[in-house]
Amino acid sequence: MVMHIKYFASLRDRLGRAEDRLDAVGELTVAGVWAALWPEMPLPPNTLAAVNMEYAGPEQVVRDGDEVAFFPPVTGG
Amino acid sequence: MKVELREKPFDPLLELGRYQTALDERLPGQYGATAIFIGTMRDYNEGEAVCGMTLEHYPGMTERHLQRIVEIAFQEWPLLDALVLHRIGELQPNDPIVLVAVWSAHRAAAFAACRFIMEELKSKAPFWKREDTAAGSRWVEHNTPG
Repeated sequence: MVMHIKYFASLRDRLGRAEDRLDAVGELTVAGVWAALWPEMPLPPNTLAAVNMEYAGPEQVVRDGDEVAFFPPVTGG
Repeated sequence: MKVELREKPFDPLLELGRYQTALDERLPGQYGATAIFIGTMRDYNEGEAVCGMTLEHYPGMTERHLQRIVEIAFQEWPLLDALVLHRIGELQPNDPIVLVAVWSAHRAAAFAACRFIMEELKSKAPFWKREDTAAGSRWVEHNTPG
């Protein structure tokens, strides 16, 4: 199972990269994706997530080929 | 309905005039109310002078959510048309950031929908501001409440 991960704005700067690719076996949630990629760093407070460009909670299940994004609170307008 | 991201500075009043002229031909005599919101970049924030700003977005997701916000407004209120333009990229103080314009037969729907689109945009559309100050650049961590 391959997932495409994106990071935006201050979170991307903090992590030092804009994208990741995750090869995983078995079912993963959004929170599980983060934990698999950043085992030593808890998801920063207020971080938002999206799966395939729709907002997603930490327990949402991610599927093969999904695009998962993590980003800080939005500040447009 | 038109929803667009703009990479270059735009003149909201010129855009509005052009759009409404075309609307006059499409829906002559139908709208009685136009509500407009224009958001403009200030030269200060959180007590510090700001000399520039970069607006980042999530290509694909931002457009999808802006479109959806406007569609929800059309379901909630009897609207005739709507125009939403939002900047991305590098901005200078006084540059317009966002234009929301809504047309309806009566003012209640236009006022309410314009406010709704703006508030939803601020809380749901994936944009992020990074400000340039004399001390360097910093991410804006949250929007002001209103």
